[in-house]
This record gives sequence, C-alpha cells and structure tokens, in this order.
Amino acid sequence: MVDSGVIPVSPLDLVLAASLVAALALLSLPARLGIAKPITIGAIRTVVQLLLVGLVLDTLFAFESPWLVGVWALVMLLVAGREVIARQSRRYRGGRGYGIGLSSMFVSSFSVTLLALVVLLEVDPWYAPRYAIPLLGMLLGNTMTGVAVALDRLTQSAWEQRAVIEQRLMLGQPYIAATETLRRHAMRAGLIPIANSMAAAGLVSLPGMMTGQILAGVAPFDAVKYQILVMFLIAAGTGFGTMLAVRLGTAALFDPRDRLRLDRLAGAE
Amino acid sequence: MLLCARGLHRLGLSPIDFDLPAGGCLGISGPSGVGKSVLLRMLADLDPHDGDVRLDGRSQQDTPPCEWRRQVALLAAESQWWEPRVRDHFVDGKVPLLDELGFEKDPADWEIQRLSSGERERLALARVLALAPRVLLLDEPTANLDEQNASRVERLIENWRRDAERAVVWVSHDREQLARVADQRLHLEDGKWSTAA
Repeated sequence: MVDSGVIPVSPLDLVLAASLVAALALLSLPARLGIAKPITIGAIRTVVQLLLVGLVLDTLFAFESPWLVGVWALVMLLVAGREVIARQSRRYRGGRGYGIGLSSMFVSSFSVTLLALVVLLEVDPWYAPRYAIPLLGMLLGNTMTGVAVALDRLTQSAWEQRAVIEQRLMLGQPYIAATETLRRHAMRAGLIPIANSMAAAGLVSLPGMMTGQILAGVAPFDAVKYQILVMFLIAAGTGFGTMLAVRLGTAALFDPRDRLRLDRLAGAE
Repeated sequence: MLLCARGLHRLGLSPIDFDLPAGGCLGISGPSGVGKSVLLRMLADLDPHDGDVRLDGRSQQDTPPCEWRRQVALLAAESQWWEPRVRDHFVDGKVPLLDELGFEKDPADWEIQRLSSGERERLALARVLALAPRVLLLDEPTANLDEQNASRVERLIENWRRDAERAVVWVSHDREQLARVADQRLHLEDGKWSTAA
C-alpha cells in the first residue's frame, strides 16, 4: 500500500510512552488496586511479543513461502487455543476444552480468512503473508474472545443450573432441549462484543485497523471500505466459531446416555 | 416383574437387587444424606452406575435415555424448572387430576412464581404423571405438604399404581408413611441395604 508519509516512531518515543504505563503502575501501588503487577507484566509481554512478531513477519514477508505462512498460522491457532482455556473459570478436564476451542476457531477463522483472500480480495498469490497473516490475526483474535466468553458462560451456568437441566432431563427431554436457555445465553455473551463494536463503529472510536491504515497514509474512504469488510468477516467468523464452540461444549457436558457430567469440569467433586 | 434391579450400585453404596411387580410400591427409608436419592437417580439413569435395571425385561442401557426417563419418571424432592405459567407445562394447558390433587380452582392460568411450595409440589406431581410413566420414582413427595394434602397425594398415588398396573419407588425419611403406602420396604444406612420390618 503506502510506505511514504509515515512519521517514524523513535526509541525515545517508545520510552516516553512506556513511562506513562510505569507511572500508572506506580500510582496504583499506594491505593493497593492490585493492578501494578498485571499492568507491568502485560506491558513487558507487549514489548517482547510484538518485537518477536515483527521479526517473524519480516522473515515471512521476505520469503513469501506458503509453508512458512502455514506454520505461523498454526502457531497463532495453538496460542489462541491455549488462551481460550486460560480464560475459563471452570475448565473441561483433559484435552476436551483445548479440542473444542481449537476446532471451532480453526473451522471458522481459517475458512473465513481463506474466503476473504481468494474470493473477496483476490490476493495473488492467495497466501501472500502481508494479507493472510493480519487478516487471520484479526479473525482469530476476535473469534478467540467470542469462544472464550461463550464457553465460560456455558460451563458456569451449567454448574449453577444443574438442578434445572436435570429437571428437564427427568421430564424426558434430550440434552439439547434441556440446555436450550444456557446455550442461548452463552451465544449471546460471545456475540455481544462484536455486535456492539459494529453498532458503535466510527461514532465512538475509530476501529484500530482503519486508524492504522489512515496513519499509514491510506485515503480515509479506502480505509473505511477495508474496515467494513473486516468487521463483517470478524462478525461472521466470531459467530460461526462461537456457535460451533457452544454446540461442542454442550455435547462435552453430557455422556451418550444424556447424563449431565459436571465431573468433566475442573473444580467438580 | 415390571422393574428389576440387579447389582445396582455406585461409589459408596453397596449393590442392591430388587423386583417390583406391576401395581407394587417399594418404600426406601434411611437417614438423610445416606444415598436414598442416589438410588432414584440411578434408576432414572441420571448418574453413571454399575449393575442392571430392566423395565418389562428391557434393559435401561438398551432403551434411549429420553424414552427411559419418561417411562421410569423421577419426581425430585424439589422441582426446579418451570415455565412462567402453569398451563405451559401441560398439553392444551389442561392440568390433570385437579380434584385428586386438592386444587379447588383450575390453576392453568396462574403464574408459577406466585405458587406456594406445596402447590408447586402438587403441580410437579401432575406434570410427571402427564408423561404417563410406567414406574414413578418419588423423592419425599409430601415434604412440603400439610397433612390433608399429604394424604390426598398418598391416595392418588395408591389409586394410580393399582388401577393401571404401574409401580412406585417411594423414598421417605418418614417410616410411618412408608408403612402406609409401600408393600415392600428397604432401609439404607451407612451405605448398606437391609429389609425393613
């Protein structure tokens, strides 16, 4: 796209920005808000992770190999899967939760990204890392949030509403009917963030990708078109991923005899 | 035999065998927390367990779970799931057995939230009977009822099982009640079963 007209960020600029975060962490100490540590760790992780990613992207862009792109996409997926598990207050025991998170994110994010690359943007070659990696990243990031929130809500409410679910089973309902309300609430919880951000797009804040493009010198209207496309892709990816995760997550709470198996969640008796 | 159990058990509970003929009522007594409800949950196939349960010779594990739970229906000590109005739980909104359950007016249009625990308990019984089960598993079915309604329910269950060749497993901590309603009795204490006198 455009590589001229961008004001470069100097190391000193970064240090100054970091001092703001440090000031925030220091100020929170006397008030014992308990945020100094997570903020510091988060800031350090941001620096290290982004620098590493910068190196990786430089390499990927230089080689333009479909294999390298594939390997990096896989790494992103695995990390997202781990992140989904980390955000659960009641995790599935064994590899179940990981499997559910991975498969639902893989199916939705990868297929939507592929569709965007091949059919919508007609990128040539389709795996061109400059398009493939950022697109997949945005999709995975949002789908990950949706899946994590929905699964957390699902397992938490299954835990709390055991008596209700079992009452419906006692009345001869199959597990899918007995969990109808739970599944609906979990879906909603997973999809509300993206629905809200679509509703508020541009009015409250300028979406990050668009801001980035504008800062990089792209004409605002072109940036807007890109942003709309990406928002729709994210909504679709998050929606399908969340739907699949809720479906798989519900099935994993029951055995073939339609018995609610809360012992499959950590923290159960 | 309508309902047979062989070696039925799960962790902490010794295995139990029994045969329940059509029209029969098996009473289960024992101190609270000893696992009486666990037996009912195993019979309704709500928890994993060992051993075999058969209805009319057909094994629990060979019957689709939804079908099994309609035929061997469990009425929990407290029914948890309710739609907003009474009528939503019954086909065509008609509540069966109004007189027998002691409802002077038709409660079909009542809101569940405004019902007393006793009214809910009787409605829960009507709801489970509407499934037309072959075997009814009752967990303290009169715990929230006054004496008059408790004996109404006892009578209703008695007629229901005798008239239609169906069977009941009745869990209660009240041994006098079990002596009235059951024709065979088992007692559970410290995880061990014994035949109650």
